[in-house]
Amino acid sequence: MSFAARVRKLAGEYPEPASAVMPALRLAQEEHGGWLPPDALREVADALGVTPAYCMSIASFYDQYNLEPKGRTQVEVCTNVSCALSGAQGVLEAFERELGVEAGSTSEDGAFTLGTVECLGGCGWATVVAIDNRHRLRVQPDDVPAIVEELRNG
Amino acid sequence: MAERPEVVFAGTDGGALTAIEDYEAAGGFSALRKARAMAPDDVIAELEASGLRGRGGAFFPTGRKWAFLPKPDQLDEPHYLVVNADESEPGTFKDREIMLRVPFRFLEGCLIAAHAIQSTHVFVYIRGEYDHEFVVLRDSLEAMREADLLDDVTVVLHRGAGAYICGEETALIESLEGHRGQPRTKPPFPAIAGLYGAPTAVNNVESIATVTAVLTLGGAEYAKLGVENSTGTRVFSLSGDVVSPGNYELPHGISLRELIYDVGGGVPGGRELKAIIPGGSSTPILTAAEVDTKLDFDSLVAAGSGIGSAGVIVIDDRCCMVQLGIRVSQFYEHESCGKCTPCRVGTRWLTQLLEKIEDGRASQADLDLLLSVCDRILGKCLCPLGDSDAIVVSSYVAKFRDEFQAHIDLGGCPFGGESSLEGILAPSALHSHRHRGAEATPA
Repeated sequence: MSFAARVRKLAGEYPEPASAVMPALRLAQEEHGGWLPPDALREVADALGVTPAYCMSIASFYDQYNLEPKGRTQVEVCTNVSCALSGAQGVLEAFERELGVEAGSTSEDGAFTLGTVECLGGCGWATVVAIDNRHRLRVQPDDVPAIVEELRNG
Repeated sequence: MAERPEVVFAGTDGGALTAIEDYEAAGGFSALRKARAMAPDDVIAELEASGLRGRGGAFFPTGRKWAFLPKPDQLDEPHYLVVNADESEPGTFKDREIMLRVPFRFLEGCLIAAHAIQSTHVFVYIRGEYDHEFVVLRDSLEAMREADLLDDVTVVLHRGAGAYICGEETALIESLEGHRGQPRTKPPFPAIAGLYGAPTAVNNVESIATVTAVLTLGGAEYAKLGVENSTGTRVFSLSGDVVSPGNYELPHGISLRELIYDVGGGVPGGRELKAIIPGGSSTPILTAAEVDTKLDFDSLVAAGSGIGSAGVIVIDDRCCMVQLGIRVSQFYEHESCGKCTPCRVGTRWLTQLLEKIEDGRASQADLDLLLSVCDRILGKCLCPLGDSDAIVVSSYVAKFRDEFQAHIDLGGCPFGGESSLEGILAPSALHSHRHRGAEATPA
């Protein structure tokens, strides 16, 4: 099924097709390797009968849409209050060491993007680390070398 | 602790009821059959009798909310049920566990609620970061479709994309319509003009899962649990400096002491309890001396705080309260939608002033200015987001004024780099590649 046809199918779930802009952007991001280049915004716009600028206004509002390329694996450490109290900064620094990349940036080989993220809803299982949106729970600094090795071999 | 009646998690025995046969064997879908045999208004009356109030944070009576919707013969438009599964309040992780452990009880509640408000369209707005929860709900919904339980009701799972503000009901509706998630002015309230301008009920996941239990038990029986004005059980999310964090379903009216010490095992490492955030990061802080406060709506209001989303964050004596203020304020600053000025600008000012205090660059006047900025935000925003920052920051100053004062008097943090929040890197600091304190400050 073409991208446009898949977007129209998504739009069919809603009384008004404009509601499908979020799921369509999510789909476009998956198709474009984890980010939304201008072409992706244009495809979504064409499929839904809105403008690319409108799609940009939505994509720029929500944190999960990426407007620039990311590493092949995204590592996000929650540093909100409960995780912070449980040692999230130590976990973040352990990832910086093991990945050789500073928080907020992507490794030179494009393999990893490391960042911090606001509360992921796992406060009771701190520290929560989202790796490509899959949550690792109760992560301690000492766990990080094994996690990174697993990701490098993955 | 006396009793621990389970309502939301009933029948799970600590595990999950994710197979439709297991859920049916545990009495599942009998509440739906019962409700569908009743007139919609009678279902609403049952909810009113239960005393159930919203579990998302606002604690509005669920039955009354539904009663506000015009009847189809009064307004010939589709009616919508929108379920808020955009759980994002820091300290809160209960809805996620409800969706994972009792997905059918939750979806059954959606169908009961749809019947009560005479709707055939249900939208579940689920947090974009909840991948696994989305899959569990999608599969559960498919199993119910195959079992012919949906009747003529369409249930759409709509995934968010990372915006705390979409937990505010009108921002959620805007987002669902395909717009930026920015709150609307109220009135009109969603019950009159909500999704696509039509009558809409917006309810939280735990509220909806509890609806199933209310129909099972009967409103009067449910109302026997808990305390006056706060009937029933609550899934408390316990986190922070506590031995056994996690979600615990307990009756309203237990004390913070019981939750933190009897259930949660107390503060680890023999450290001292310092403070408690009782209902998610948007609720004013309590001191260790207030640990006997009961966890119900009236008791927490009397203590100057709120039950909020029942996310209890325990804080021990290693934590600097100015650093806590910075971290919490950075969150609201990051999540401000930008629509109204007091919030967009005010949250940033609060962060910057707190950083100035923490770094020892503040004068006495800056502490007054901090409270003045709080005052200029409070009650002047379109939605509660900006207010939350102002309310909690001013509560930290009110409850720990000596500690704020010490930063000014000493020209720096009295914890000397040893606070449990020292150096914590927030996403808002990441965006600009600036670490705390390295930027221009107001005044």
